[in-house]
Amino acid sequence: MEVPVLKQGPFLIATIQAALTDDDLVHLRRAMVEKVVVSRSLGVIIDVTALDIMDSFASRTLREIAQMIRLRGAETVIVGIQPEVAFAMVQLGITLEGVVTALDLEEGLEYLNHRFKSNA
Amino acid sequence: MNEKIRVPIHSDKDIVAARQKGRTLALSIGFSETDSTLIATAISELARNIVTYAKKGEVEIRAERNQVHIGILVIAKDKGAGIANIKQALQDGFSTSGSLGLGLPGVKRLVDEFDIVSSKGKGTQVTIRKWKI
Repeated sequence: MEVPVLKQGPFLIATIQAALTDDDLVHLRRAMVEKVVVSRSLGVIIDVTALDIMDSFASRTLREIAQMIRLRGAETVIVGIQPEVAFAMVQLGITLEGVVTALDLEEGLEYLNHRFKSNA
Repeated sequence: MNEKIRVPIHSDKDIVAARQKGRTLALSIGFSETDSTLIATAISELARNIVTYAKKGEVEIRAERNQVHIGILVIAKDKGAGIANIKQALQDGFSTSGSLGLGLPGVKRLVDEFDIVSSKGKGTQVTIRKWKI
């Protein structure tokens, strides 16, 4: 299951469309880090609205994506974590510490716009 | 009610299949979206343990009913190497595979009943139950 990535100005938007296998997540990690280099993006949004669950592997991989992209000098925002998914994540013990999250795509874009405007 | 689902676990694709079947069964017997997600998350962790540590195994999911409650029972079993130290495996942050080490202790927090039987060289069986309250 390929995750489509859209370029919007200085940002990349990856929209997860369905449940992802571990292989899909690892593939997404590699693709995002490569794309952020090629497109010289400042920010990345990963929309996880369609993810059925976020278990320890999924959250670890998403956190790694955010950390790798930060090392490239760009910022990642995870958007769209569903309420019941958030509930299960916290019970499981996952915090996604150090990763920026936002309610939805709109808020995520607003965050990145604001951040890179004030830095300009 | 005697639905029983068996999902053979061989690869990461089977992890997704097992948790989706678990969620569907949970929803069909009246669990809320939130509880169904908890159950699906627990199944995902247990199925991944099978793939990571034993390569293959099986997840069995079934609806259960006692006099008072309806619930869901999940049995994850493999014939892998077994867990050398169960007490350690149930501690947050402990992992022999480089993962976060949230799997088993996390699953325990997601469900109402948790039981693990493992013997070296014979494999591991984890049984969890969640009741609909």
